[in-house]
Amino acid sequence: MTEKHLSSQFDSELNSVSARVMELGGLVESQIRQAIHALSHFSLESVKQVAVMENRINAMEVEIDQDLSTIIARRQPTARDLRLLMAFSKATANLERMGDEASKMARMVQSIIESGASRSLPTMDLRVAADLASGLLRKALDAFARLDTTAAVAILKEDDLIDQEFDGFVRKLITYMMEDPRTISPSLDLLFLAKAIERIGDHSKNLAELIIYLVKGMDVRHTSLDQIESALL
Amino acid sequence: MPSSLQPGAAAPTPTESKITVRDLNFYYGKFHALKGINLDIPANKVTAFIGPSGCGKSTLLRTFNRMFELYPEQRAEGQIILDGENLLTSKQDVALIRAKVGMVFQKPTPFPMSIYDNIAFGVKLFESLSASDMEERVEWALRKAALWNEVKDKLNQSGSSLSGGQQQRLCIARGIAIKPEVLLLDEPCSALDPISTAKVEELIAELKTDYTVVIVTHNMQQAARCSDYTAYMYLGDLMEFGETERMFFKPQRKETEDYITGRFG
Repeated sequence: MTEKHLSSQFDSELNSVSARVMELGGLVESQIRQAIHALSHFSLESVKQVAVMENRINAMEVEIDQDLSTIIARRQPTARDLRLLMAFSKATANLERMGDEASKMARMVQSIIESGASRSLPTMDLRVAADLASGLLRKALDAFARLDTTAAVAILKEDDLIDQEFDGFVRKLITYMMEDPRTISPSLDLLFLAKAIERIGDHSKNLAELIIYLVKGMDVRHTSLDQIESALL
Repeated sequence: MPSSLQPGAAAPTPTESKITVRDLNFYYGKFHALKGINLDIPANKVTAFIGPSGCGKSTLLRTFNRMFELYPEQRAEGQIILDGENLLTSKQDVALIRAKVGMVFQKPTPFPMSIYDNIAFGVKLFESLSASDMEERVEWALRKAALWNEVKDKLNQSGSSLSGGQQQRLCIARGIAIKPEVLLLDEPCSALDPISTAKVEELIAELKTDYTVVIVTHNMQQAARCSDYTAYMYLGDLMEFGETERMFFKPQRKETEDYITGRFG
């Protein structure tokens, strides 16, 4: 949003809501990192922190939605302003859902800690996937701030990697459970955890699709990567 | 490329064009006000002209019924084809052209006569109707313009006794009473309150089933609300023309986007 509107008030409204969305993104990112920390150190303290952040994230989502409605009511935005606000609205919902997934991760970690089985589980693979997912969110937020469609396409590709990691991890868990049925209960927690990480990747992918929508005016949901790439050329 | 990947909406479906403008140049004395305009106005659709003051949108509208000929220093070159005939070189009586291409102005311009006569006056110029047929025509026009219920009990009162919004609808009724093919609206709502504006817009939506409507408006939201196609003009050039939906979602030209998002200037 480099070029200014005739109404500087409109500009400052857009800048302010834009800053709030980025702030929300940063908050979700650190919440996910906190959840990863809880997983890699089996830390109950980090589990608690994740829950605290969840409340702030939920409140921010509500506030941003209010700001967006106010701008739409007052400014009747069109063209790229309209796409920007639509994209913000959807991005906010996606970020909040990522926060939910991070909370889910924390709850599963807590459950694994309480089961006492934390040492015997293959959590290392999961940490790799979780780092990938949180890195993907970071990239998505950067691309959003820079309106970078090339980076957005790279994110779409990278999400496929997380999905592959997830599939591999599920196979590994099945082996664990077959070898030692006592690990079934904590393995299921781990499975949900893995699923939450996979979902975080999907939400980052949604953010990347929104960047393309915002910049190019193309709706690339439910479209193959090949088609997206050829359309962007 | 699948249609969902096209920028904005799907490609416009080809519709029959009512007015075809080719290489139209217009001059106010030495001032070159319209520069090589090429445009197809689709039949039975509402087309809006938008653009900053002085961009030529009203000038373009006024060429469609040769309204500019009232002023000697104004001239138009090129082609404006309506029903296969170039209006600019037509030997047709200009009054007949204006009966085919009606116009409503920014300010309501009721004639200083009764509401009934305001409608009947123009009809009498072109048709000789019996008294009962004329009454029918006046009622039809007033109903079409969504004014009948408000004036049916005072048809003999002066047209200027009506409110601004009613006067504007009276002018629209007068315009459609002679059953034109095209209706040109030059800022029809700029002097009206929101309720009257809504009624006129409602009317525009209804009129397009029978007429081709072209509207000039400064109100971008109005163009977005009531037109099917939008043309953006700037400094005498037609910058972009397309489906309204696409023009307000993802215009192709940056100039258009800057104007409709209020970044212009």
